[in-house]
Amino acid sequence: MSMNVTLAREDVVRLCERIEGAQRRAYAIPKLTDEYPAMTIGDGYAVQTELRRRFIAQGHRLAGWKAGLTSKAKMVQMGVNVPSIGFLTDRMARPESSAISTADLVHPRVECEVAFVTKKALAGPGCTRQDVLAATDYVLPAIEIIDSRFAGFKFDLPSVIADNASSARYVGGGRARYAEEIDLRTLGVVMEKNGEIVGMGASAAVLGHPADAVAMLVNILGELGETLPAGSFVMSGGITEAVAVRPGDNVVARFQDLGSVSVRFVE
Amino acid sequence: MNEEKIQHYGDELFEAWRARRVLRPLLEREPDITIPDAYRIQQRFVARRLQAGETIIGKKIGATSKPVQDFLGVYQPDFGMLTSGMAFQEGDTIDLGTLIQPKAEAELAFVLKDDLKGPGITAMDVIRATDYVLPCFEIVDSRIADWQIKIQDTVADNASCGVYVLGKTKGDPRRLDITLAGMVLEKNGELFSTGVGAAVQGSPANAVAWLANTLGELGIPFKAGEVILSGSQSSLVPVADGDELVCTVGGLGQCRVRFSGRSAA
Repeated sequence: MSMNVTLAREDVVRLCERIEGAQRRAYAIPKLTDEYPAMTIGDGYAVQTELRRRFIAQGHRLAGWKAGLTSKAKMVQMGVNVPSIGFLTDRMARPESSAISTADLVHPRVECEVAFVTKKALAGPGCTRQDVLAATDYVLPAIEIIDSRFAGFKFDLPSVIADNASSARYVGGGRARYAEEIDLRTLGVVMEKNGEIVGMGASAAVLGHPADAVAMLVNILGELGETLPAGSFVMSGGITEAVAVRPGDNVVARFQDLGSVSVRFVE
Repeated sequence: MNEEKIQHYGDELFEAWRARRVLRPLLEREPDITIPDAYRIQQRFVARRLQAGETIIGKKIGATSKPVQDFLGVYQPDFGMLTSGMAFQEGDTIDLGTLIQPKAEAELAFVLKDDLKGPGITAMDVIRATDYVLPCFEIVDSRIADWQIKIQDTVADNASCGVYVLGKTKGDPRRLDITLAGMVLEKNGELFSTGVGAAVQGSPANAVAWLANTLGELGIPFKAGEVILSGSQSSLVPVADGDELVCTVGGLGQCRVRFSGRSAA
């Protein structure tokens, strides 16, 4: 993947302010490539990095990272052959079994994921599944609430990367496990909304193995000149399709061997 | 539907199966076939196979997932009979020349240690009566042209049963979470699709309970030792000469099968 940046610094700052405003005030904007059709993936990460710098300067803590567009279906849908990554801060975290407000979100959707918490630093290039497993403190089930700031959830890869890979909220919970005590490739997952099954799959849907998705994420971080410190929380990508939620909805993600995570949504 | 017509269509399906050729949808020719009529046609079709030397090994449950039920416009499963000529083991190669228009599905198979006599059977009774579960493939096939089936067509056609392949790893449903066990299906070494036990009626045990109750009402025995294919947990996989499929059930094990030759249609 080329991380070539073509945008001028002032354009990166301008686009970052546009994304930050849309995230803060929860409104939809046109995708960035409408105005900058030649925007590259590298440009998208430059905007995302600027956004991360600003959040940290405002006192947010960097909690970890997420892998996005990791399933074959989603990559085909987006016409891309590389996944994307986004950063996670403490401000995006919500507790298990809590009520999540949708008032500060544009058009939220939920996904079920296997999450990793690391105990050793990881760096790319060349990070492998084995490296990830050796650096993993524990795995746990998670619900990710994604929220594209682009109108109609329509975007391309440079735009969605600039928008921090649609990151919005995340909920870790269920049962923490040692990675070596379970088969991370074949974990079954059922997502229920208001008691009805709305998503099903097994963890291999994420790039063949969730730890491969984390290795991929570390290698992208390497290209951005970053590493993954010990203690990071990493979401490996949606196993189920993303499902839209509204106030009043109750979502439960049930995982083989990892227990369940639930959240509900309010105004 | 009168007995003469039931026999006629059952015989037609048997001959089509034997000669590997397809029929026009039955419902196009007989718009008034009911689902009970269709099961009587199935009984005739299967009786002809038994007369030709096969024995009953078990049952298959079909139309267990929401997408398939939406497609067929029915909101309950269906069932067919597994006969001795359909049985394959993990590692076998299936000759596609024996089939018409096959597709594969990954499933969980149950083997009972006690008879299940419905009505009144619950999922809890199913777990109690289960000797073990196995990962398996069902290779569905249709004697109806281009799979243009309605529920009556597939029921009459023995629930579109082709052949089936049982894995060798036995699991105890008291140790394995059959509802949340993941299903990973690979074709020629590449991920094809994933699923989970809950895709089958919320849990495969619910599908087996439905079967026990339905058979009970019809007075059809459901005996210890029978093999029950509980319903597809994957999307349908087209298969061709040289293909290899592997399904892995999380916490249980895998079933592997190869295909050779060419199917009739």
